[in-house]
Amino acid sequence: MSPQDYPTTWRRPPQIVRDKRWRIALQIGIVLYLVLAIGTVEVDWNRVYQGLERGQRFVMGFLQPDFTSRWSDIGKGLSESLTMTLTSTVVGVLISVPIGVGAARNLAPRAVYYVCRSIIAVSRSLQEIIIAIFLVAMFGFGPFAGFLTLSFATIGFIAKLLADDIEEIDPTQVEAIRATGGSWGQLVNYAVQPQVMPRLIGLSLYRLDINFRESAVIGIVGAGGIGATLNTAIDRYEYDSAGAILLIIIGLVMVAEYGSSYLRKFLQ
Amino acid sequence: MLTLDGLSKTYKTGETALSDVTLEVPKGQIMGLIGPSGAGKSTLIRCINRLVEPTQGRVLLGDVDLVRLGKRDLRRQRRRIGMIFQEYSLVERLTVMENVLSGRLGYVPFWRSFLRKFPGADIQRAYQLLDRVGLIDHADKRADALSGGQRQRVGIARALAQDPELLLVDEPTASLDPKTSRQIMRLLTEICAERDLPAIVNIHDVPLAQQFMQRIVGLRAGRVVFDGPPADLTEAALTTIYGEEDWNAMRQGDEEQAQAEADARARIAALAQ
Repeated sequence: MSPQDYPTTWRRPPQIVRDKRWRIALQIGIVLYLVLAIGTVEVDWNRVYQGLERGQRFVMGFLQPDFTSRWSDIGKGLSESLTMTLTSTVVGVLISVPIGVGAARNLAPRAVYYVCRSIIAVSRSLQEIIIAIFLVAMFGFGPFAGFLTLSFATIGFIAKLLADDIEEIDPTQVEAIRATGGSWGQLVNYAVQPQVMPRLIGLSLYRLDINFRESAVIGIVGAGGIGATLNTAIDRYEYDSAGAILLIIIGLVMVAEYGSSYLRKFLQ
Repeated sequence: MLTLDGLSKTYKTGETALSDVTLEVPKGQIMGLIGPSGAGKSTLIRCINRLVEPTQGRVLLGDVDLVRLGKRDLRRQRRRIGMIFQEYSLVERLTVMENVLSGRLGYVPFWRSFLRKFPGADIQRAYQLLDRVGLIDHADKRADALSGGQRQRVGIARALAQDPELLLVDEPTASLDPKTSRQIMRLLTEICAERDLPAIVNIHDVPLAQQFMQRIVGLRAGRVVFDGPPADLTEAALTTIYGEEDWNAMRQGDEEQAQAEADARARIAALAQ
């Protein structure tokens, strides 16, 4: 064939649904469903209009944040939040390391594996707010309930990701340490820990960051911290103070984000 | 002395990796284990220190039957068997020194290994071994900073740190270039001669095996089909081990490679002129 005989067009062959008629039917079906679904959402345009007005006040508050008039409350909330964040991350990580090791299929016996995986599943299936509501009911308003909530949530997060990471380590390094006659503890210390340590530190820093953000959220249901201050400010229609709090939260999250990514890069 | 008596291994999948292997490796002998891939070479050496559990037979190291041991006794006996791996299997993020000292793990309590507080004699010995393999200046480097040949030397030092009575060596040169391969094989044979240490070396490179081994055992489909000195490894014997087709293909491959190398050398010589 001469070069002119080859086709000049090419289309990517369909990957999922190969039949053209089925493809068109599916696309029509999806659009139809979307239209019908959106149709069922009731919108009270009057209420939306009122909300817009409030939203505007809120935005104005944001533009003129008032850091001073409620500063003592904000300072107290912040220090509570930061304490809660740090303590719950440390305690959560300390508890999740043994659970994570126990939940790694390649290290733990069957029974231990299932127990640890169930703990992780329970911790992960309950959202922070639900745990916070429950713990506030048990231990009363304040940062202690928040501390417990965040520790509990940290366990599910760190233990699961640590266990998954341990399951993916290079098995030949483990084999080599096993062949020297080392015990199980020595095996974990020499062959597993060096392989997962950078990731564990990275995850802990990431969790610190998440816990700070969560501490602002769970405060709204009474678990203390900056979230409680924010909630009070909004309840009192003090949008300028609320704006100040939000700006502080954004600033701290950005610092945490930048700091942890810098640290993680440094640790690799 | 190591004695294997009727050693067999059938995997859970029903695949038979070893059947009825009986061998004796006397003190100081370096035995090469050759055979096509899937012949059970790797399974055989792993059955000796029970990284793989044999299904039948006995493994006698001195007068201890390794197959019958409980967990704790098995760990104790593993200290007597040093192992060297194909991909070095160093713990990459630990220092060279920690890797060598990890050969002492079976001898020290957990707290000592955890705090890296090994007895002075162990540390002295580790330095001595690093010097022997030519890496004493690299003790504080991380293992992943070393080249392939250097890593394998650390692997050898780690195995020797155990003060072993037997070395199991799994394809020591498979990840190395030809020149480094020869250096590593030479180092291994020298060390075994120095310490009168028996070794079983899995090796797929037949010429390398013929050059360095005192005895060669050929494995095919889990059975011993050849056992003798390298000089007896004739074309006929190799055909039995590898099967006619594979052996011819391998030989052809070797010839082609030799030809290509000669060709390249000729061209470089021509360029140099």
